[in-house]
Amino acid sequence: MQRKDFLEHVAWTGAGIAYALSAGGLMTGTALARGVTGSIDFVQISDSHIGFHQEANPDVSATLQSAVNAINALPDQPKFVIHTGDVTHLSKPEQFGTAKDILSQLRAPLIVIPGEHDFIGQDYNSFFQAFPTPKGGKQWFSWDQNGTHFVALINVFDFEKMGLLGNDQLTWLKRDLAAQSRSTPIVVFTHAPLYALFPSWGWTTEDGTKAIAMLQPFDNVTVLSGHIHQVVTHQEGNIRFATADATAYPQPAPGTADKPGPLTLPHDQLLRAIGYRNVVLEKGHAAAIDDRRFA
Amino acid sequence: MPAAAAAAVLLGAAAAIPNAATATTAQTVEISGFAFKPAVLDVAAGDAITFVNHDQEAHTVVAQSGAFKSSGLDTNDQWTVRISKPGKYPYFCSLHPYMKGTIVVRAARGMH
Ligand SMILES: [Cu+2]
Repeated sequence: MQRKDFLEHVAWTGAGIAYALSAGGLMTGTALARGVTGSIDFVQISDSHIGFHQEANPDVSATLQSAVNAINALPDQPKFVIHTGDVTHLSKPEQFGTAKDILSQLRAPLIVIPGEHDFIGQDYNSFFQAFPTPKGGKQWFSWDQNGTHFVALINVFDFEKMGLLGNDQLTWLKRDLAAQSRSTPIVVFTHAPLYALFPSWGWTTEDGTKAIAMLQPFDNVTVLSGHIHQVVTHQEGNIRFATADATAYPQPAPGTADKPGPLTLPHDQLLRAIGYRNVVLEKGHAAAIDDRRFA
Repeated sequence: MPAAAAAAVLLGAAAAIPNAATATTAQTVEISGFAFKPAVLDVAAGDAITFVNHDQEAHTVVAQSGAFKSSGLDTNDQWTVRISKPGKYPYFCSLHPYMKGTIVVRAARGMH
């Protein structure tokens, strides 16, 4: 196969391969390696809090727009962009509308899971009307893409317990994972952290240990969450956990303040504390997580 | 939304609400630093209880029994509730469930 044909072929199959050319017109080693092993790259954004207008970030729409612009400018478009919740601040229709206007500009397919700020008043419909799940249901779901099994969980349904999956979801998860081989890379998305990151601030999932036990047998598991507006990583066996930055404003590191909540920084420092995350998964390798700030 | 959104909710049978001749008091619960202050508030039946959010973060006021529920309170938003039935009303914030408070409602003044 001639090089030109090969390029057209990978472009046409859309296998998520970075077929970058070096200055001399030759394919780079990375691009070839990724083409051979099969890989997937995607972007995670989180905690946009559209409607928030306090000093910690007077213009959260502008910073979400910055994230969308930065992602759209990536030379290799991600296979999808996932937003891990708290799209809005107060679940108001106009806030969902603004969020949708901005997020729908993404060139890559968009997947959104809810945070507790999107479910205020136990009104689940506003969220799911604005951001329908891929299969149309109003609950958790999973899908397979490029050899990876992706699971989108919802741990904000029960408002009396911040971070709860519930028995229905755990039963579903058990069945869903039973169909996967141990070597299949698994990526799980949640809003609140799945493990007890800092429970006294509500940064936990009460029954998360049950889900973690189900994930433990797999060779390569990545759990990506939001909620805490900062990057915290953690490892348990083969499971790698990483919370993401917000696009809106940071929160204090666990235990460094009396309470969680918006952390007010000078504008230039704010832009160094918020951003988006690029993730590359290659079979046989731990996920490469690259957190990119706006400044 | 610069103007504070205010809402008032009336609970219980209208007959139990003291009429205009009976004095009721305005009571306030301040929400600041992720806490309801005071955490326990004694009121008379029918008193107007106003919650004011002073935090940058949003909060809600939700009765454990389901007797009352605010919408999301943005910074400087306030929300008023009147409770006509005496009793103990534990409540919490649905965004931060570890934020808890209690309203203790006594029989209305001049009704016993
Ligand atoms: Cu709260």
